[in-house]
Amino acid sequence: MSGNSLYGPLADVSGDAGYVAGHPERVGFFTDTSVCIGCKACEVACKEWNGLPDPSADRLTLTGMSYDNTAELGSDSWRHVAFVEQAVAPASALSRDADGQLIISASAGDTDDSGSATRWLMASDVCKHCTHAACLDVCPTGALVRTEFGTVIVQPDVCNGCAYCVSACPFGVIDRREGDGRAWKCTMCYDRLRGGLEPACAKACPTDSIQFGPLSELRETASARLAELHAAGVTEARLYGDDPDDGIGGAGAFFLLLDEPQVYGLPPDPVVTTRDLPAMWRWAGIAAGVLAAGVAVAFAGRR
Amino acid sequence: MPAEELQVPPAEFESYYGRPILKVTRWREPHLPAYLFLGELSGAAAVLGVAAQATRRPGLVRAGRVVAALAAAGGSAFLTAELGRPERFLHMLRVAKPTSPMSMGSWLLIGHSALTSAAAASSLTGLLGPLGSAAAAGSAVTGPLLATYPGVLLADTAVPAWHSSYRELPLLFAGGALTAAAAAGLATGALTGDPRDLGPSRALALVGAALEGGAELLLERRRDIAAEPYHIGEGGKLFRYARAATVSGSVLALAARRSRVAALASAALLAGGSLTAKFAVHRVGIESARDPKYVVQTQTAGWQ
Repeated sequence: MSGNSLYGPLADVSGDAGYVAGHPERVGFFTDTSVCIGCKACEVACKEWNGLPDPSADRLTLTGMSYDNTAELGSDSWRHVAFVEQAVAPASALSRDADGQLIISASAGDTDDSGSATRWLMASDVCKHCTHAACLDVCPTGALVRTEFGTVIVQPDVCNGCAYCVSACPFGVIDRREGDGRAWKCTMCYDRLRGGLEPACAKACPTDSIQFGPLSELRETASARLAELHAAGVTEARLYGDDPDDGIGGAGAFFLLLDEPQVYGLPPDPVVTTRDLPAMWRWAGIAAGVLAAGVAVAFAGRR
Repeated sequence: MPAEELQVPPAEFESYYGRPILKVTRWREPHLPAYLFLGELSGAAAVLGVAAQATRRPGLVRAGRVVAALAAAGGSAFLTAELGRPERFLHMLRVAKPTSPMSMGSWLLIGHSALTSAAAASSLTGLLGPLGSAAAAGSAVTGPLLATYPGVLLADTAVPAWHSSYRELPLLFAGGALTAAAAAGLATGALTGDPRDLGPSRALALVGAALEGGAELLLERRRDIAAEPYHIGEGGKLFRYARAATVSGSVLALAARRSRVAALASAALLAGGSLTAKFAVHRVGIESARDPKYVVQTQTAGWQ
């Protein structure tokens, strides 16, 4: 345990959780949404490898949300590809690189007859494996643990389905499975990591939108890619979850986005709820004192 | 300026097809509100029993101890039934984890249940009086914490309306605990007919109503976007019902010595007001998680 166990940057997240020196380095995902083509191979590979249940028949519905019928991350969907259709001015929809060549990317729109253009954003969302993971902090059974790789997993044989993690996650990732009663989420393919393999979603991604590797290397890759896009005029490109000084101490799975996070259904600036836990306990203690004093006052001076 | 105009003006915000960013709580009704209510009732009733013993009110001692034990047992049942895997309730006791309010609360509940059961059993059987009194004294320590820790339980989530209220919620629950215990005391006084039981219970009703109402006022006066579900919608409506019941119950408590019916009606209103406030808090959390504007606007307005 270090001084930053509840909030702030943490150099060695596994070490802070009690793993001795020599544990594997922290790994993560860098999801570059500018090259996502919305194929959902990640969703399929994840379901296949992890044996996730089929949606029940009544949930096999069309959402009307572009090509997104998965709708959200949940107990049975550990990757979720978001599809955002935006009307944009034609000029801003197209971008050119330094040589004046058109960049064909998710940010390039197709102009229709009327001259207006549609931009199509696609992004594969996943558990963020936070440096300060609220789900793990609030879990009362110890079912949620930090792995030696710095990731966060649920131990299904321990979870009793209290659902505290569901309300604690600032990204709305983890959920309780109907009929099963326990909480489930992305494990970053813990079993594959143990076997020296990359997670199924990253393996299946045909455009390398999902990149897996040591987190420190991914952060370098990401800032290089961001600089490349900015140089090419894609000024709306930004990284999300890469900053160790953010409200969750940086995410183990971070993103390159082409619009505000909330456009993709992501919280703009999440803060781990346990940051304020000491103050919360202080106020509960004060209130407990007030309660006891209230009873004393009611009885005082009466025979 | 009317209160409505003090509301945060509607702001533009973007979302993913209007879908929630957070998962809406899986905690259900009546389980969660009932657990909150029974926990605070048990906590304050335990303190009531000890105060009654110190001032030699045997009827109130027994009532305080029995209500504390029964409410703790009922609360435990609701907590267990709320689990996705109820048969694994004991997994709560694998670890004692200060960062998990539910872990701390489970240990509190177990300890408090054991103490209140022992105190009630001693009171009902007349056996082992000193041990029963010692257990009761212990439950007067666990009780107030059991009543107010749910403020931490709810605040230690990503739900903006709950998290932003970590100062007000424990006070609200302390007030609700006092009015619930006052209800138990008033009902006891009405049944035993002992005016000495009614006096402190009446005072407790007033103190509790003032505290509960004061905490609601603190929430009511907040105009930040995170607090909006406390004013509007189902949560806001239930809060108004709860306040009406609590206020009328405490006023009616003043007539408790003259009329047994008034005492019982006052008890019902006070308990109902406290329970309704717990439902209100639950609905507020649901609405706060369901509408993505609360997450987006609190995180872009520099609120944190």
